[in-house]
Amino acid sequence: MSLRNCRTVKVLNVSPVGQSKTAGEFFELTLERPDWDEWKPGQFVMIRPTAWELDTLWGRPFSICSGDDASITLFIQAVGRGTRRIAALEPGDKVSIWGPLGNSFAVEPDTPTLLLAGGIGIAPFRGYVEQHPHPENLSLFLAHRLPLDCYPFELLSRAVPSRCMLEAKPSDLDCIIETMRGLIEEYAKKGGLVLSCGPTPFMKTVQRFAKEYGARAQLSLENRMACGVGACLGCVTKDGEGHHVQVCTRGPVFWADKVEL
Amino acid sequence: MDMQVNFGGLSLKNPVMTASGTFGFGLEFAPYGDLTRLGGIVAKGLSLKPREGNPMPRIAETPCGMLNAIGIQNPGVEHFVTKALPMLPWKDVAVIANLYACDAEEFGELAGVLAGEEGVAALEVNVSCPNVKEGGIAFGQDPAQIGRVTEAVKKKAGNKHVMVKLSPNVTDIAVCARAAAEGGADSLSLINTLSGMAVDIRNRKPRIANVIAGLSGPAIKPVALRCVHQVVHAVDIPVVGIGGIASAEDALEFILVGAQAVQVGTANFLRPDFAFGLADEMEALLAELGAASLDEFRGSLQLPI
Ligand SMILES: Cc1cc2nc3c(=O)[nH]c(=O)nc-3n(C[C@H](O)[C@H](O)[C@H](O)COP(=O)(O)OP(=O)(O)OC[C@H]3O[C@@H](n4cnc5c(N)ncnc54)[C@H](O)[C@@H]3O)c2cc1C
Ligand SMILES: Cc1cc2nc3c(=O)[nH]c(=O)nc-3n(C[C@H](O)[C@H](O)[C@H](O)COP(=O)(O)O)c2cc1C
Ligand code: FES
Repeated sequence: MSLRNCRTVKVLNVSPVGQSKTAGEFFELTLERPDWDEWKPGQFVMIRPTAWELDTLWGRPFSICSGDDASITLFIQAVGRGTRRIAALEPGDKVSIWGPLGNSFAVEPDTPTLLLAGGIGIAPFRGYVEQHPHPENLSLFLAHRLPLDCYPFELLSRAVPSRCMLEAKPSDLDCIIETMRGLIEEYAKKGGLVLSCGPTPFMKTVQRFAKEYGARAQLSLENRMACGVGACLGCVTKDGEGHHVQVCTRGPVFWADKVEL
Repeated sequence: MDMQVNFGGLSLKNPVMTASGTFGFGLEFAPYGDLTRLGGIVAKGLSLKPREGNPMPRIAETPCGMLNAIGIQNPGVEHFVTKALPMLPWKDVAVIANLYACDAEEFGELAGVLAGEEGVAALEVNVSCPNVKEGGIAFGQDPAQIGRVTEAVKKKAGNKHVMVKLSPNVTDIAVCARAAAEGGADSLSLINTLSGMAVDIRNRKPRIANVIAGLSGPAIKPVALRCVHQVVHAVDIPVVGIGGIASAEDALEFILVGAQAVQVGTANFLRPDFAFGLADEMEALLAELGAASLDEFRGSLQLPI
């Protein structure tokens, strides 16, 4: 068995995304590509800057957003201690990285596929769109709270038909939910595939409508993780039978009818 | 330098074991290093029947540590014996089963299931379950019960080495250590997690669904060293040090205080290959310190007179 799955790599680039006052909250982190064979959209990595002292113990999980032969790029929102310290990394700094971890989103080249992203949940879809053999069968919907230029929306909207809705006030949320209902119903009717990634309330909404309309939907979960390799049992969720399963190894992508949120 | 350790019939090629609950059944880490480089693998806690464990959230990061309330989620001892154990390179690395039960008979029964398993080098007895039959106080907090559980396990364990894992959540750990030794333990391992809690002032909720959880990681190392120090002076049986080890230096601190070997827990989460190189690093550091051998260094702490 190959033993190369945990590596120390160099930071190639850290760049804030978005021109708004929130710039710096979202950033792209580009790392040297470890000598992995391949990664699939929906998979993630754990990273831990080697210079971190022991006051921050765990690595942090991030979806692989994009990549090429020489690098992989993560798209990160700074929300707390770890992500803020990651935002302060500079080119040349070293990072431990293990992966690619977890399963990936279903790819059905000829099936109409809807990508439903809640905020930062757009991250794995960039790789999904880039690697999809028939991007003409894809469309994207983004629900967001921060200015649109904080997300790689522009880039994706050039590749696939895309829509976005801003959630600025509580009534916006009702519109977003109704839009999601309409979209999921539409994709259910045409036997399409719905892939979603976002905060838990967003996933619950997708799950509810998928059930109501009988849509085939996948949810990518973002549970708190310590090891990322299935050992600590800290990240579990309940599967369809009520058993605790590890999100890091059995997920992060689950069929909506096979998981309890 | 000879890094082998032998105690109570258990032989390890080096003093580094991975602590229960932090290394899965071992196989999870196989993609990250050669398991046979480890002195031992202590598998995640096993109960007779499968257990689903506690509700989420179960883990939280704390300064220099973490809280966990996994609740011994495990697929049961049968699953371990039939599915996991045969996949492990147990001929080349000591595989230690960690036992969890809620009364002395059940502990005995578990030990009985594992006694005949060639692949199991030792049994580690986790005495932190509250003993429902005797009023809810954890075995680990009551010396008399520690003694009884140890005897029950020892009786059914055949010729397997029995290591009793002590909890630090007691007034006097030396008393617990003596009780386990008198019950027939071949060795002691310490410490298990410290009882702790974390809350969120924004949503006014505990950060762990179970409210109270186990604290581990570098934050607990001073407590662990103190416990090992007290126990090595209280009993004649070998002691394995656990708690906050995150470097070769940390590991040697436990050896200096008198531990035969160490277990690495939370540090496995720093990166999954953490434990594999630790014995080599310890060896290099011993040489740098001018120690003639691991045995010479062990217990050589100079106490003020
Ligand atoms: C499989 C997977 C893929 C992920 N992909 C991405 C990604 O592509 N881009 C990205 O920016 N983030 C992603 N996340 C979330 C990211 O891991 C967390 O935001 C990060 O760990 C927070 O670390 P922190 O130290 O800054 O936060 P902490 O200081 O630990 O917490 C600060 C705040 O962030 C919230 N938070 C912490 N962890 C998470 C989490 N896992 N999900 C949501 N909120 C959290 C906490 O509730 C808290 O309010 C992913 C998570 C998983 C499990
Ligand atoms: C996630 C997690 C799960 C654990 N599960 C067990 C267990 O099943 N049985 C046990 O005896 N100890 C268990 N422990 C305790 C560890 O084995 C160890 O005693 C403790 O974490 C202290 O060591 P450390 O500071 O190196 O982590 C667990 C610890 C953690 C962090
Ligand atoms: S993060 Fe440890 S089991 Fe998933």
